[in-house]
Amino acid sequence: MNEMNITSAKYCRDLSGNNASISANIDGIELNVPLDPANRHYAEIMRQVEAGELTIQEAD
Amino acid sequence: MSRARDFADLASSSSNISTVAADSANLDQVASSYSAGGITGKNLIINGGQSISQRGTSISVTTDSIYNADRFLTRTYGGNGTYTVSTLQTDIPTVGDLYYSTKYAVNSAATDTGTYGYAIEQRIEGYNVSHLRLGRADAKQITLSFWVKSSVAGTYTGAIRTTSGEYSYVFEYTLSANTWTKVEKTISALTGVTLSLLDETNGIALFVSPINFGAQTSKSTATTDTWISGNYVFTSNQVDWMGTAGATCYITGIQLEVGEQATPFEHRSYGDELARCQRYYYQTTYRGAADTTLLSGTVASGTTAAQCGDSFPVTMRSAPAVGYSGSITAYDGSQNNTVTAITANGSSTTNATINVTAGTGLTTGRAVQILSNASNEYLTFDAEL
Repeated sequence: MNEMNITSAKYCRDLSGNNASISANIDGIELNVPLDPANRHYAEIMRQVEAGELTIQEAD
Repeated sequence: MSRARDFADLASSSSNISTVAADSANLDQVASSYSAGGITGKNLIINGGQSISQRGTSISVTTDSIYNADRFLTRTYGGNGTYTVSTLQTDIPTVGDLYYSTKYAVNSAATDTGTYGYAIEQRIEGYNVSHLRLGRADAKQITLSFWVKSSVAGTYTGAIRTTSGEYSYVFEYTLSANTWTKVEKTISALTGVTLSLLDETNGIALFVSPINFGAQTSKSTATTDTWISGNYVFTSNQVDWMGTAGATCYITGIQLEVGEQATPFEHRSYGDELARCQRYYYQTTYRGAADTTLLSGTVASGTTAAQCGDSFPVTMRSAPAVGYSGSITAYDGSQNNTVTAITANGSSTTNATINVTAGTGLTTGRAVQILSNASNEYLTFDAEL
């Protein structure tokens, strides 16, 4: 699988205050990524997190 | 047995013969329709006719995995060559009944081919090929066909790989310069092997690369025309198209079907093909005039925030990543503020709660429209493989 260039990642909360998505800059584009392992962007974020290449910031 | 009963049986047999004759005629008609490409659902490739291009008609490729014509992406595997993809081209084969092609043109010739490879690819969802019975005793033969025209003559390679490159089938073909050529390749059944990684649900089951633009040594094999274990895309005979300044290549009519023969290209309705593409990606469209509504039913939940529920046009493959382009605005009947962020919480494959952040001044409780005023202002929903 290809490797995406992810320069930032930050959790976003839903109305109940739970982490519901991740706002990330991926290949120069701002995307809001669902916490769905089937989503290719989320899968790549988590791969980079597990590899120690990326840290997801907590939501504001 | 009475003579009357004999006559009755004879009459019944005659009736059966008539029925068989009628059935045969019907089968001939079905076969004729099939041969003419009139049977729908046979093409496992989506947008093989290159008629859907939601992302625009000119796309610059400088990194790996850039989607261009819907469902198709370019692979650079890390190389330094860059190219431009132009969709909805009318340079098409003079025979057949295709309408559009996609053009690939080298901008900056690669100097690292061999270390890195280049390819065109479509990733096929597991649900759509589970009937191929990949790896099993009753696995099916498949046939890949397409039209291609390249400015660089030589040996080209294509490949089909299973999930995560567990098994690969690499093949070669020859192209003359600037000549439309129909490539037909029958691929043997992948049978009698264990595919421990195969995804037959909503993940990637097959990577289909009809043409490659430069070989990568680590993904090259000398074994062609048979399934082999491992992740291979090229042979060392692959022409260095990506290293050729000014090279161009057109492709269209891409079809992957069950069976040992390439049949005429299956033409689907535009709406059908678009809906198939939108399972993986869609973006809102600009109506050609200002104040195009992208989201409605939105309510201001604060002076800088608004939210709404949004339904997708078709059920998507997975919950999509949401993005936006340009200076879309949030208008509450008084204030018209530029949107600075969009998030989608509670997303599923059918809908999402969209949260919009915009400049201050919205009035809580007011209805808000999310507006586009130019063709480069839109929302994107990405559930590609």
